[in-house]
Amino acid sequence: MRKYHKLVVNSIGKLVPSEVNGKPEIPFKGVGKYIPANRIYGAPIASCANFPSDGNKRIDSLKDSLIQAGLSDGMVISTHHHFRNGDLIANMVFDIAKEMGVKDLIWFPSASFECHSYLIKYLEDGTIHHIEGSMNGSLGSFTTQGKMAGLGVLRSHGGRYQAVQDGEVHIDIAVIAAPTADFFGNANGVNGPAACGSLGFALVDSQYADKVIVVTDHLVDFPCVPWQIQGNNVDFVVQTDKIGIPEKIVSGTTEMTKSPDRLFLANLTAQFCDKAGILKDGFSFQSGAGGISLAVAQYFRNIMLERGIKARFARGGSNKYLVSMLEEGLLEYILDGQTFDLEGVRSMRENPNHVWTSPFTSYNYHGKGNFAGLVDVVILGATEIDINFNANVVTHSDGYLLHGIGGWQNCLFSKTVILTVPLFRDRIPVIKDNVTTICGPGELIDVVVTERGIAINPLRQDLVDLTRGSGLPIVSITELKELAEKICGKPALPIFTDQPVAVVKWVDGTILDTIWKVQD
Amino acid sequence: MEIKLLSMINNSIASAGNKGEKDRSDCFVSLTLSDAGGIHLKLNSKVEVLYGDSILELCQSMLKFFRIEHATLEIDDKGALPFVIMARIEAAIKQLVKSDLEFLPEMLSENLYSSTFNQPRISRLYLPGNTPGLMLNAGIHMPDGIILDLEDAVRFSKKSEARILVRNALRSVNFLGVERMVRINQIPAGLEDLHYIIPHNVNLILIPKCENGDQIRMVNEKIKTIQKQIGNLNPVWLMPIIESAMGVMKVLDIAQSADNIVAIAIGLEDYTADIGVERTNEGTESFYARCQVVNGCKALGIQAIDSVFSDFEDMEALKENVLRSKALGFDGMGCIHPRQIKVVHDNYAPTDKEIENAQIILNAFFEANENGYGVVSVGNKMIDAPVVKRAQQTIELSISRGKLPANWRKQN
Repeated sequence: MRKYHKLVVNSIGKLVPSEVNGKPEIPFKGVGKYIPANRIYGAPIASCANFPSDGNKRIDSLKDSLIQAGLSDGMVISTHHHFRNGDLIANMVFDIAKEMGVKDLIWFPSASFECHSYLIKYLEDGTIHHIEGSMNGSLGSFTTQGKMAGLGVLRSHGGRYQAVQDGEVHIDIAVIAAPTADFFGNANGVNGPAACGSLGFALVDSQYADKVIVVTDHLVDFPCVPWQIQGNNVDFVVQTDKIGIPEKIVSGTTEMTKSPDRLFLANLTAQFCDKAGILKDGFSFQSGAGGISLAVAQYFRNIMLERGIKARFARGGSNKYLVSMLEEGLLEYILDGQTFDLEGVRSMRENPNHVWTSPFTSYNYHGKGNFAGLVDVVILGATEIDINFNANVVTHSDGYLLHGIGGWQNCLFSKTVILTVPLFRDRIPVIKDNVTTICGPGELIDVVVTERGIAINPLRQDLVDLTRGSGLPIVSITELKELAEKICGKPALPIFTDQPVAVVKWVDGTILDTIWKVQD
Repeated sequence: MEIKLLSMINNSIASAGNKGEKDRSDCFVSLTLSDAGGIHLKLNSKVEVLYGDSILELCQSMLKFFRIEHATLEIDDKGALPFVIMARIEAAIKQLVKSDLEFLPEMLSENLYSSTFNQPRISRLYLPGNTPGLMLNAGIHMPDGIILDLEDAVRFSKKSEARILVRNALRSVNFLGVERMVRINQIPAGLEDLHYIIPHNVNLILIPKCENGDQIRMVNEKIKTIQKQIGNLNPVWLMPIIESAMGVMKVLDIAQSADNIVAIAIGLEDYTADIGVERTNEGTESFYARCQVVNGCKALGIQAIDSVFSDFEDMEALKENVLRSKALGFDGMGCIHPRQIKVVHDNYAPTDKEIENAQIILNAFFEANENGYGVVSVGNKMIDAPVVKRAQQTIELSISRGKLPANWRKQN
């Protein structure tokens, strides 16, 4: 049984380890307070003299490429999550590792999905030591029960880029599944049977990993354009039969929620934005792929049509609804980090105003500026929100880790951050005295929209003033909390052990909170 | 109060609630009585960590309340709120134990409001009486009324447990000010339902398959008896539903049978079956029946309510249906899905043109009064009293729908 004796209290009063998987860590110091300096880490220098002069980097099999890349015990292996629940490559990589008898690998995905619960057996038999990325669903339950050998590390999409730049994570081998590639390693996600749109999440891996393997089931003659992944960063190219299950990568059927309660929430959110004066000509917004978020964009559309308003750009995951706004001229640009349906893929392929982005352009802490801060309004969800507006997206109220952070933390830097949530889910209150895990400090969260009232962070007096007398149901966050408890009853707290199982990083690499093993 | 164990006619196992994949916010309870061995509780709950202890406590106190000393109580919980768990346990107990006791959740003070004779009833949202998940947020969609349905939406085998659930919902669910209605079962069976709803501040009772005034009088008599026991002061309004050829022929008789009838509704599924025709969207087959209901209602100054539109995906067809209904003289329509509410409101509500005309007429009327003219005219048209009355109704409805400020005359 491992023990973490070195625990410190960070600036928001949370107990966090000062050492994770044997490396020293910095506790969270406050938003914008920790600014690492100096030249810390750079990508390895390559020389073209070491590569085939005819440009052909093809290797017969994924196994051969892993052998040539020097796969060995304790290495950090990265994959991307653009194939979402249809990914076949990550599981394949660790099947090979198991076959080769390699141990103690660290998996560094940009996110995990339920299809990756397959890897639990490799976490159990020591092939994989721990995961740094996200631990969703079954992997999350496994982690929360204290069964992972190392400590899980949860990072935002931007935080993942930062961690590589800081040298916090050194990627030994990046395996990049690419819907289309050429023998030189140029690759994109817009063509091929497993087309997924953007490949932005794999960009940092291609730039900084010691060895980069591109795996494709759609090899084209040089040049593969557009080259979202540049062949100049790629060591090996592998052709296989199938890299992903298309219908699970982009469900061609992303549909608006039909739940009347969710539509109500989405409409109320759009009404708030309208009354607060956010929806004006040239504005920008981001809303995710969740049912409510999709619907918010649709209500925005209605208001924009009514008023003759156009948006300058929308950030975030693209889908057919955003694409139709782009094509009908309501929206000038889509800055796309991940593509959620086939319409999004088509649009990215055909429309120069549908721009693929990476976490570096959109989210990164170590850039000379941050796109996230330019967005006028972002609509996000949360599993829990406390009366100080701190919010949780990774654990549930019973203590279980079930979700990753995604771009959620990075989006909190937008000008107005709105969390749209039901007041309670089944019997579980969403607004509480304390959240199980803090993923976002309350000072960055401006508005909480629920079906029974909208709470504005007192730090945003301007929004309070703008919406006064608007007829919107503005209440205090404490009132919402009390209402939730009145309906559901006051919930008991989960019982945790004193054993950390994972940490939540802030966008600057410091430790924001700890996830503890639940009592059996 | 006397409590007797029912003799072992069937067996000593009872169950209540729902446990299907899609049954959220509900629970399934099974109860086995035994002669010895004390109380055994088995809880399987998706909110066990947060509410497991409080659910077990509730079980204990309910069994004690009903004086059950030896039993096994199993609860399969999908995040049911306390009033739901209470209803399910009570329903299971009452299948095995004859008892007049009721384990009542607290009555929310927010639920004590009353409604008025002629308040708008353009939209009423039907909620199946045994499906708690749909009740919780019904109020946020702001229909004019919600109908907790004990009749067609509840399977025969679930009738008893639905009554208890509806009773608890009337006490515990905040419907946010919308009129609280219950559709009881057909008379005479529906009379028993009244015991479960009248004491809990129901605002309006829908009486299905109404064919004569006697049915109404039986309902009112029962309501009075119950109210005498419990001293309920708020009015209970009635809305008979006409669903047969006989009912259609007796509309006036029914409408005249009591002075707490605020509206009569027509139910076209049963009516068309009764006259042996298919129901169509155009509604030619029910034209006579609908006109008869409208005329019967208008003759007595009560509201005429149209049948629900059953395709809740097709908003365009609903809109056309509403416009036809409005043109016939109906004042509102039932909704089977929250999505229908806005379409129903928007299309029964006066159009901008109608509001503008009504304003012109009323302004002319007020001016004529102020100046002491005997005749009201707009342009070269003389305005009769009924026209003024209709304009008045249009304006009142527009104000209640938020389409016109109450002080519209001052603003102009």
